[in-house]
Amino acid sequence: MTGVDSAGSVGLVIPFVEVFEEPLTLACGRTLDRFELVLETYGVLNADASNAILICHALSGNHHAAGFHSRDERKPGWWDVAIGPGKAIDTDRFFVVSVNNLGGCHGSTGPASINPATGSPWGPDFPQIQIDDWVESQRRLAQRLGISRWAAVIGGSLGGMQALQWAVSYPDWLDHCVVLASAPRLSAQNIAFNEIARHAILSDPDWLDGHYYQNDRIPEKGLGLARMVGHLTYMSADGMSDKFGRELREGSLGSEESDAVVFQVESYLRYQGAQFSTRFDANTYMLMTRALDFFDISRDHDGDLRRALANTTASFLVLSFSSDWRFSPARSQELVDALLAEGKPVTYADIEANEGHDSFLIDVPGYLPLFTAYMARVGC
Amino acid sequence: MRLDLTQIKRWIPKGSRVLDLGCGDGEFLAELEHELEVSGTGLEIDLHNLSEAVAKGLSVVQQDMDAGLPNFPDNSFDTVVMAHALQVLHRPHRVLEHMVRIGGEAIVTFPNFGHWRCRLYLGLRGRMPVSKVMPYSWYDTPNIHFCTVKDFEHLCDSLDIELIAKDTVGGGSSQILARLWPNAFAVTAIYRLRRRGG
Repeated sequence: MTGVDSAGSVGLVIPFVEVFEEPLTLACGRTLDRFELVLETYGVLNADASNAILICHALSGNHHAAGFHSRDERKPGWWDVAIGPGKAIDTDRFFVVSVNNLGGCHGSTGPASINPATGSPWGPDFPQIQIDDWVESQRRLAQRLGISRWAAVIGGSLGGMQALQWAVSYPDWLDHCVVLASAPRLSAQNIAFNEIARHAILSDPDWLDGHYYQNDRIPEKGLGLARMVGHLTYMSADGMSDKFGRELREGSLGSEESDAVVFQVESYLRYQGAQFSTRFDANTYMLMTRALDFFDISRDHDGDLRRALANTTASFLVLSFSSDWRFSPARSQELVDALLAEGKPVTYADIEANEGHDSFLIDVPGYLPLFTAYMARVGC
Repeated sequence: MRLDLTQIKRWIPKGSRVLDLGCGDGEFLAELEHELEVSGTGLEIDLHNLSEAVAKGLSVVQQDMDAGLPNFPDNSFDTVVMAHALQVLHRPHRVLEHMVRIGGEAIVTFPNFGHWRCRLYLGLRGRMPVSKVMPYSWYDTPNIHFCTVKDFEHLCDSLDIELIAKDTVGGGSSQILARLWPNAFAVTAIYRLRRRGG
């Protein structure tokens, strides 16, 4: 791992908030009178603002993509393997903008923010944000930062969908679109997993129909269970076997006290669930999973992916990971085939990796060298 | 630059759309983009090669040709090139059909197994030829579908593929012989093809 003082780290970073007072009309028809976005930037914007890169985060991500918030921080931002001096997204060359999505729970306006109309937290009354809305809010942010065109918009998973939406909604706004471990739309199986996760939250007595903030309650159990299900689907069967096998963390299988037996994999999932419920908001989880479910880049074109992509002008890098069954390589290939059929410039590879959907966050062999090789042409 | 690639270049119009099947590290396609301003797409299965090609600024898609190329629409490229890959394919005839469907024209090069050295090797030693051009033993080789110039032309005929032009690379001084008797003297055969009546 890159330490705060190492050459490959962006070092200490300070997040900041941009406030937008102009009302934002959302895809659902409702309007947000004002909103705030929290973000981090790495690197320096050049004189003609031609080296800006937008990072779009995934379901549980946030604006803290690289570097450290303090010297005491144990882990760097979620995509530190890819962002930093000399890395794939080279902060010596690029000005990198990483923003917490609208509706998020790490500082941007979201369900836990105060609804000006009531003086209480929005909770479940916060508008259902869709991916178009994120793009729109990010465009306003770009203008605020003096950027009128991204050298690249980059995202994995849900973030890849945002990058794709950028390429379709605002073709003149980006040169390159990087879509990692993503899909042009969710499959029925994917929506089903999201529904199980939501149901876990809804079943928690502390959920209180989403109005738990005022009652000093947190649906920790439901949110933790949602995360356990989600996390399970981000790993592959082989990856889990490699990592945990049938190892025991506590107890022994020969003993009479079967209750005392805890497999490593159980302990891991419990930990992931418990950790998540302390750092994430249940209403945001509901909102983000719904945004995922609703997304279909071809929705306005009767499901015709080719027509949806016909007006894009960006060059595309699409990567999938062989053991990713949540956003399978076939979904990426569907996107690539539509781009090829439309004569769009596209580079695609399916990276051999055991780590499932989460591979795009990890330095799996072959992945970052290819990503780096592609980024060499960006901003030139 | 390999001789067959230099000869291919003459058949590729400036500014055209080129699909390079099995583009390797992209050296040839990069040269086509640079010299002829073609808009190129490479197909490559090996990730390491693909990364090298991407580093040259190319658009490259990782795909196994043997699984077919149904994702490419008819006439979506001006020229589809496949240099020295025919002999490693499981179903070379299917790939050829796709090539002339996807491209207005197709260009194929392959090592000619009918070359006199191959014949002599097999005839005198009674064993499968091993040479500098074909360095593998029969049991451990990527080259599973060798053919001769005659074999290839026969296949094209049966697939309704028209030979627009052909060229050869002979060994050293035998270039003239290779042109006269390609089946016996061409080391590498080079074909420019299109769908008959297409």
